Amino acid sequence: MSVLLIAEHDGETLARASQSALRAASLLKGDITAVIAAADEQAQKIAEKLASLKGVKKLLIIKDQRFLHEDAEALAATLVPIAQNFKYIVVAATGYGKNLMPRLAALIDKQQVSDIIEVLAENRFRRPIYAGNAIATIESSDSIIPLTVRTTAFEPIEEQDQPAVIEEIKIVEDAEHSLAEFIEEKLSSSERPELTSAQIVISGGRGMQASENFQMIEKIADKLKAAVGASRAAVDAGYVTNDYQVGQTGKIVAPELYIAVGISGAIQHLAGMKDSKIIVAINKDPDAPIFRIADYRLVEDLFVALPEFAKALE
Amino acid sequence: MKVLVPIKRVLDAYVTARVKPDNSGVVTDNVKMSINPFCEIALEQAIRLREQGQCDEVIVATIGEQRAEEVLRTALAVGADKAMRIDAPNQTEPLVIAKLLKALAQKEQAGLCLMGKQAIDSDNNQTGQMLAALLGWGQATFVSKLEVQGKVARATREIDGGLQIREMHLPAVITVDLRLNEPRYASLPNIMKARKIPITVIQPQSLGVEVVERLKILSVVEPPKRETGIEVESATQLVNLLKNKEKII
Repeated sequence: MSVLLIAEHDGETLARASQSALRAASLLKGDITAVIAAADEQAQKIAEKLASLKGVKKLLIIKDQRFLHEDAEALAATLVPIAQNFKYIVVAATGYGKNLMPRLAALIDKQQVSDIIEVLAENRFRRPIYAGNAIATIESSDSIIPLTVRTTAFEPIEEQDQPAVIEEIKIVEDAEHSLAEFIEEKLSSSERPELTSAQIVISGGRGMQASENFQMIEKIADKLKAAVGASRAAVDAGYVTNDYQVGQTGKIVAPELYIAVGISGAIQHLAGMKDSKIIVAINKDPDAPIFRIADYRLVEDLFVALPEFAKALE
Repeated sequence: MKVLVPIKRVLDAYVTARVKPDNSGVVTDNVKMSINPFCEIALEQAIRLREQGQCDEVIVATIGEQRAEEVLRTALAVGADKAMRIDAPNQTEPLVIAKLLKALAQKEQAGLCLMGKQAIDSDNNQTGQMLAALLGWGQATFVSKLEVQGKVARATREIDGGLQIREMHLPAVITVDLRLNEPRYASLPNIMKARKIPITVIQPQSLGVEVVERLKILSVVEPPKRETGIEVESATQLVNLLKNKEKII
């Protein structure tokens, strides 16, 4: 019995999501081997960080220029012979993990369990279904269990005293190489905390009415050291880019404080934030569904409330 | 080129799921069921490809019991050319579905599979990636923009940090996200016409796939309820509470 943890990074740093996935992995039985795929020049720094995390016994590095950018086809094919030796394969349920794990699972003919929020027993897990409106307890009878982990349900793991042994593995060239070509990435850059790991998140919805009105939210976010999020409606309307989206199909967040501004609270949005510790909703419509899950309700026009909020912070 | 669009019948996106009193699942009887919103977007994209001359035939397929044919009728009414139902339980697991679809894609000689990135009932987000793996095809997941030119598809993916553009060598599997397009509605005459189009029913055995269960759902319960909060009078009072009572800001 042993666990293979697939770690994620952005080319420079290890994703915090992987530390949460590692926490979930540490609740399973068996030694943990972490694996990381990166281009040559990226690998060392990320590997050192990963090796220093609690529970990691061994670390495999796959160095290849193909992994300069996310490449699920190449990585899944590379991981097949490695994965066969483990009882569990674990990755965070981020865009990266969701893209990769089912491909790997199918290649080794195993049925994945997605988005687990709790480990109940060696083959028993809890996961949300129907946008979090129901929680299912699932039992797997597979000999290898691929798992993706909802990161908000597991505290990121701490560091250990004795770093893991690092082993580099060469990969065999394979035919999957030419299935797709990387063209470009358009990444948003922000000085603010990352949405899924921020202590405070302030999100705007359709009620913001225009892209420039998000400045009111950003101003408050900067004072609170908060991340900025949005509802699907606000992203669809083009007020902010897709990486801001919180919801069933966007990012799942569970900060200490979530402030929803001008968000009505569709089921799909609630699915992405309802596990936040304190929820504040500001909306002029007293019947907005968001108020049903809010700890603090402010029924007021956001164009009145936000400037007053910013002023009160000074 | 033929485009295969797998679609699923699910609880309508605007209906709140209710857990059955015996905790065996979610109530799906006598509630509104619809085509999964992501599948609807995939179908729309396939029809647009046909309109652009990049696709000759749009084939829709669903895996499920007889009532799942409702979504095939809907798909035919908006413009799918051919509809098939693979006769298997509604709750068939993603890996089995991927195996069934693989056999179907090969049988129909599909050059592209366009499908939703996830179903809004089981929220698994697995089938497309699994299908691509089994076929040995490339995959572009969570796609919000797509241009197909002959044997090449340029796909813009929504990733956690922003957008990623990949060029796919067809055949490939593309799973779609919400912002790809706005699906059209079926006209009444087309709904009437679609009723008369025959639907092919296929048995899993004839595709050489055994329908097995590796996951068992032991129970389904409601999530913990949040307590009712308090109403505040002003943003100033709100800031005071967050500062002095909650000590969070």
